[in-house]
Amino acid sequence: MSQYQVDESGFYGEFGGAYIPEMLHSNIEHLKNNYLKLIYEDKFQEEFQALLKDYVGRPSPLYYAKRLSEKYGAKIYLKREDLNHTGAHKINNTIGQILLAQRLGKKRIIAETGAGQHGVATATVCALMGIECIVYMGKIDIARQAPNVARMRMLGAEVRPALSGSQTLKDATNEAIRDWINNPEDTHYIIGSVVGPHPYPDMVARFQSVISEEMRWQLQEHEGTELPDYIVACVGGGSNAAGAYYHYLDEPSVKIIAVEAAGKGIDSGESAATSVLGSMGIIHGSKTLLMQTEDGQIVEPYSISAGLDYPGIGPQHAHLINSGRAQVYSATDEEALASVLELCRLEGIIPALETAHAFAVLDKMEFKKDDIVIVNLSGRGDKDLATFTEYLNQQSGEQKTDQ
Amino acid sequence: MENRLTSLFNDKSSDILNVYFTAGHPALEDTATIIQYLSDAGVDLIEVGVPYSDPMADGETIQRSSSIALKNGMTLQTLFRQIKTARAEVSLPLILMGYYNQMLQYGIERFLQDCQESGVDGLIIPDLPMGIYERDYQELFDQYNVKMTFLITPETTEDRIRQADALSSGFIYMVSKSSITGSASDISDSQQAYFERIAAMDLKSPRLIGFGIHDKSTYQTACANSHGAIIGSAFIRALEGDDSLENKVKGFIGKIR
Ligand SMILES: Cc1ncc(COP(=O)(O)O)c(C=O)c1O
Repeated sequence: MSQYQVDESGFYGEFGGAYIPEMLHSNIEHLKNNYLKLIYEDKFQEEFQALLKDYVGRPSPLYYAKRLSEKYGAKIYLKREDLNHTGAHKINNTIGQILLAQRLGKKRIIAETGAGQHGVATATVCALMGIECIVYMGKIDIARQAPNVARMRMLGAEVRPALSGSQTLKDATNEAIRDWINNPEDTHYIIGSVVGPHPYPDMVARFQSVISEEMRWQLQEHEGTELPDYIVACVGGGSNAAGAYYHYLDEPSVKIIAVEAAGKGIDSGESAATSVLGSMGIIHGSKTLLMQTEDGQIVEPYSISAGLDYPGIGPQHAHLINSGRAQVYSATDEEALASVLELCRLEGIIPALETAHAFAVLDKMEFKKDDIVIVNLSGRGDKDLATFTEYLNQQSGEQKTDQ
Repeated sequence: MENRLTSLFNDKSSDILNVYFTAGHPALEDTATIIQYLSDAGVDLIEVGVPYSDPMADGETIQRSSSIALKNGMTLQTLFRQIKTARAEVSLPLILMGYYNQMLQYGIERFLQDCQESGVDGLIIPDLPMGIYERDYQELFDQYNVKMTFLITPETTEDRIRQADALSSGFIYMVSKSSITGSASDISDSQQAYFERIAAMDLKSPRLIGFGIHDKSTYQTACANSHGAIIGSAFIRALEGDDSLENKVKGFIGKIR
């Protein structure tokens, strides 16, 4: 058993566990006792693999980014999760969890969403299976990710605004948990990242692990080795990162880079750089690193990117960081926006704002010419076009005044 | 000194009224005053809610009172000061209900010490698992003479109910139905069946029924099936009315019994 995977009691080192009120206990306990058995049944795997292939469009390409490589002086590959159906890695998890929910006999699905990608991916699989779907989304995120709200509605989901707290991802998660407490019997909660009480972080990581499973054979085809020197991924809760790291955690030569959102700067008071600003505590039923006051009140984070605007990280990431296995960088709003434009202009790819944070650290790292770097391109940027347009206008305005 | 919670349950085994409110709400310094008025009104036990930014198990009312209390500047140090002030005037048992992270950051031992010094008799920490309490904290609770209460719900298995009974040193908190706090419907047949099922288990701990107890009728039903009832959200909503604090507290309790 890897020292980086969950142990029998649901912990990653000192992180993880299930700190939940009794009202959630029977559902979580049932899930904990059955998830491994259910998801490794032949019939489940057959259905899961078939949907990943024919519906999601997997395997997602591992693309050698020539011009980006030239710019940064390393061999940079992009794992194209943006090309999945619905435009991000999130659907790998929702396909798995909807198949699980069916086997658990659940008739109603709830989810939280930040950027709306997980909400769309959940609404999609619910439409596919003909199951009722309710998505909680912070009021602020509803405003800044309007295209995804429209997509969820098109797909037949009900989008319920989370009006409490900072009205972003943390509060949408609280509302989803409260809904589950009120509806324990017929409802399954599809969490969108590697967060929450055990077994969620492990279960979501397993569904996302297809990312690194493919990376290994794809890199072998390109480079004659399964092992890159670096894997870079952005971390909100950490599901795309967990999937990209999964099959490399016990390969010490592969350096693991996690990128957090610094918002307006780590020390600006408006940031979501959890591992730097946070300390150990409990959030959404898990012991992990989180941003909090001395009194244990959870601090409202900030990032321009709704998907990274979360005051915690998954417990496995907390463990990877604390044990030194993963190295953390952060990128500000401005740096992420500049990276969006760079990827557009160099590679013809418009990434999600979340994803762009991962690209923003290429400039801060030192590479050797032969280093192989895989950046997990977790999602596409269509949902962020309003933000990008504003940025472009501002940029061209600045250029004019420069002249 | 004998723990006041223990004394209460030794002296009284029915119609125990436990009232919950959020510390620091409506105004920061209302805490001790509300405790005083509740004591004057004859309630048996007071559960002081420690306001939390992310109260997972709570409905709109307690979320709102908590965020107002935090905006008012409520902190744990302020709370213990207020409890001390109240304790100088009242002799009924006081317990705190808060989330595990608050105590974890404050330091569990420091928290228990401050409980003992300020006159807190027991704690409810809904998101602290029983196993972790038993392994890490039970001895400390005993050392500081602070009683612990665990929750059970209609879904809790018999084994777990027995475990909660064994580990609870205050009382057992019977969550009346599968829900967050604050609902205001009548007691259903399935709730009644659950109450009777638990009553027949012959548990060692006293049982108080809470969640959704909001008026005289639901209070009486809860009391008929257990040692007493806990009223929270309905009382907080009453505190948000226009009258003087004293009239609001006494008026509400007067309507319950
Ligand atoms: C494209 C994309 N990348 C990354 C994230 C962050 O989530 P996680 O850290 O779980 O991958 C999101 C979340 O909405 C997203 O939409």
